[in-house]
Amino acid sequence: MSAELVQFLLAGITLGAIYALVALGFAIIYNASHVINFAQGEFVMIGGMAATAFVDSGLPLPLAAAAAVAAATLVGLALEKLAVEPARNASVVTLIIITIGASILLRGLASLVWDKKIHSLPAFTGDKPIAIGGATLLPQTLWVLGATVVAVAALWWFFNRTLTGKAILAVSHNHLAARLMGISVRRVLMVSFGLSAALGALAGILIAPISFTSWDIGVMLGLKGFAAAILGGLGSGPGAIAGGLALGLIEALGAGYLSSAYKDVFAFVIILGALVFLPNGLAGRRAAERV
Amino acid sequence: MSRKGFAVLALVVALLPLALTNNYTYEVAIVVGLNAIVCVGLNLLIGYAGQISLGHAGFFGLGAYGSAILAARYGWPPFAALASAVAGVSFIAWVIGKPVLRLKGHYLAMATLGLGIIVAVVLATEDQITGGPDGMAVPPLGVASFVLQGEKLWYWIVGAVLLATVWLALNIIDSPHGRAWRALHGSEVAAGAIGIDPARHKLTAFVLSAASAALAGALTAHYSGFITPAKASFLHSIELVTMVVFGGMASTFGAVVGAAILTTLPQLLTALKEYEMVTLGAVMMLTMIFMPQGLVPTLEKALAAARRKPE
Amino acid sequence: MLLRAENLSKRFGGVAAVQAVELAVESGTVHSIIGPNGAGKTTLLNLLCGIYEPDAGKIVFGEEDVTGYPPHEFASAGIGRTFQNLQIFFNMSVLENVMAGGWLHEACGLAAALLRPPGLARAERRARTEAGELLTFVGLERWAGSPSDGLPYGALKRLEIARALAARPKLLLLDEPAAGLNPTETREIDQLIRRIAERGITVVLVEHNMKLVMEVSQRVLVLDHGRKLAEGEPAAVSQDPQVIEAYLGVEAC
Ligand SMILES: Nc1ncnc2c1ncn2[C@@H]1O[C@H](COP(=O)(O)OP(=O)(O)O)[C@@H](O)[C@H]1O
Ligand SMILES: [Mg+2]
Repeated sequence: MSAELVQFLLAGITLGAIYALVALGFAIIYNASHVINFAQGEFVMIGGMAATAFVDSGLPLPLAAAAAVAAATLVGLALEKLAVEPARNASVVTLIIITIGASILLRGLASLVWDKKIHSLPAFTGDKPIAIGGATLLPQTLWVLGATVVAVAALWWFFNRTLTGKAILAVSHNHLAARLMGISVRRVLMVSFGLSAALGALAGILIAPISFTSWDIGVMLGLKGFAAAILGGLGSGPGAIAGGLALGLIEALGAGYLSSAYKDVFAFVIILGALVFLPNGLAGRRAAERV
Repeated sequence: MSRKGFAVLALVVALLPLALTNNYTYEVAIVVGLNAIVCVGLNLLIGYAGQISLGHAGFFGLGAYGSAILAARYGWPPFAALASAVAGVSFIAWVIGKPVLRLKGHYLAMATLGLGIIVAVVLATEDQITGGPDGMAVPPLGVASFVLQGEKLWYWIVGAVLLATVWLALNIIDSPHGRAWRALHGSEVAAGAIGIDPARHKLTAFVLSAASAALAGALTAHYSGFITPAKASFLHSIELVTMVVFGGMASTFGAVVGAAILTTLPQLLTALKEYEMVTLGAVMMLTMIFMPQGLVPTLEKALAAARRKPE
Repeated sequence: MLLRAENLSKRFGGVAAVQAVELAVESGTVHSIIGPNGAGKTTLLNLLCGIYEPDAGKIVFGEEDVTGYPPHEFASAGIGRTFQNLQIFFNMSVLENVMAGGWLHEACGLAAALLRPPGLARAERRARTEAGELLTFVGLERWAGSPSDGLPYGALKRLEIARALAARPKLLLLDEPAAGLNPTETREIDQLIRRIAERGITVVLVEHNMKLVMEVSQRVLVLDHGRKLAEGEPAAVSQDPQVIEAYLGVEAC
């Protein structure tokens, strides 16, 4: 393998891990509510921006990161409570507009609360590159991959081993049955929005030292996360991870070998192809409509 | 209702200049008209046929750049450039609509959104022909040495095109095709069971809405003399959908009203320029939460209820 | 024979919803399909109008092999239907629902629809009148101008029938038209089915109400677990010990 290829693959996996976290956020909310939360990318932005703001104000990095995740989680809970909950039974289009409105609102607020400049976070453990076979690896990349693995493992544990996690899965399979079993659908919704926001913020903090952050990075990250979630089959956790990694790799290889100007396009070309030729995604299945 | 509504709209277009005092207000009115043309078409797709598109700014941009490039780079007469751009975009919509419209709901949203982004990136990247992110100059519309210029003249051009668009839209909505769209929206299986081919009718709505977006895009380009890829952006697609939904889905006059309010609002709020995004986001959320049917249908219902009471 | 289905089968994952069913519907008759819940009746109707494609088997309508056609081509061949779970166009008025049903006979070009020439205006008026007559035929004339989401359940069931009739089908598939109706309303549906048959429209009726089935149909097919259990004249079928055991037995508990 050429050093160049290794370099591109490393970049792709790093990017893919971030997309996977965002896509997992989409999947969790979609499962609990059948809502596509177009504000998902803003959680990533809030995570990165809040963390840099906290660091600038003198907090040590770990504390700043924790505070940023907490802030994004609160925003996620507020979004659910104030905007999604009141419109639970609205049509798909209505919910799309509501969450897109929320994303524009959050972006506007971010530009007011912080500013419209580009910020960066110091790398967690220095930025002395590690050489592997001609390619170089930033220590931050290891943080991104490690933290993603830990987050995915924690999610697995949460959904398979805790009561709340199992309740969320139950709701995603059948609202009515879940309610009859005494599960509070509203609480499940709150938890899933909070969880998705926290995941998004984590992604934003992890990537901020590598690719910088600013008030408007949420749009593209959100849309690509959505593309990854769809590629993997809407609502499937493993699918979201696979979709995220696939998109990250495609983007990095496409930008490296084909054209860096078109790096944002590859993801959407692939997703269009997948939608047209593989309408059920890589891992998901869609049931036939029943009449 | 629709005939009366059309007369009212024509009257508004005819009398509005009395209230337009300077070039700037004319300019705002023209932009309202151009946005309304897109929204009336887009409403056929979203409001009547029930199919979402988050990428119509792409068609707007293709119409604008298509006409601009043919006129500026290839020296076509501007009217021929405009007509070819609209025809070309309609053809593109027809070709991509076929596979894409098989998708439903969130999947369709994703696909249309992706198409829009691809168009926007291509327009911003191919700077040899498009001028790149900074945009390109566009020759004015006209025949030989006679050019259409000036806010007043353009007001009447856009007003006439808007009225024609609304008239055509009202006709088709109140025809078997319009009923087929609403049937699809109401229940796709039931529509199939009475002989309506979903693919065919979704495609006609998609192509007509793309054509109206391309027409408005081309007119915008020639009117303002300049065009940038921002007109094809995801945010612009969202603005267009928001106008339709805010005014009222499945209401042609709602689309016009939505375009009018959401185009003028930011102008009125220029003092609050910094708060523009916050306001737009809040308006989108609040109307959808409290008025999911949109402004015009909600008012119509309230009016009908008030009328019924006195009896 | 107006309709002949040979060896029709349809599976959903592990469920064999319809298994090797044969059906021959004679022109001008009312042919009923009965069977306990989950027997595969709705699935069979969905196969007979193209909503599902059969895994195996063949459907011949008149002289035409229609197997594998998309639903709208079943409709244009002359097969109409109503739905067990209402599929009303709630975004349209009652009259417009029926007018939409006339699509096949009022279809016009796109240019005409956009420009509305006098010919189309005339056709629209005619369609409106015809839809009004159909509403009268099913007894919904007083609701014509109402939005359809305000109608009571029983009226919606009849609206589905009027909409299906607007397509002028040769064969009409009715999926439990009397389900959820009170005895008076059920009797009215009974009358309505007879009058539809008198118009020369062949009817395939899926129904739970045995009395209704026995009264209106010339032939009955009994399904159980996706298979044909018995077929014949109503009187004979209702005496069949197998039917009594499987179908009535299930009904009783
Ligand atoms: N779209 C579908 N997907 C999965 N299973 C289905 C579907 N439609 C019907 N079934 C199954 O097929 C069997 C027959 O159902 P159905 O035809 O609705 O019965 P009936 O109308 O006689 O009550 C049932 O077990 C039902 O659960
Ligand atoms: Mg059934």
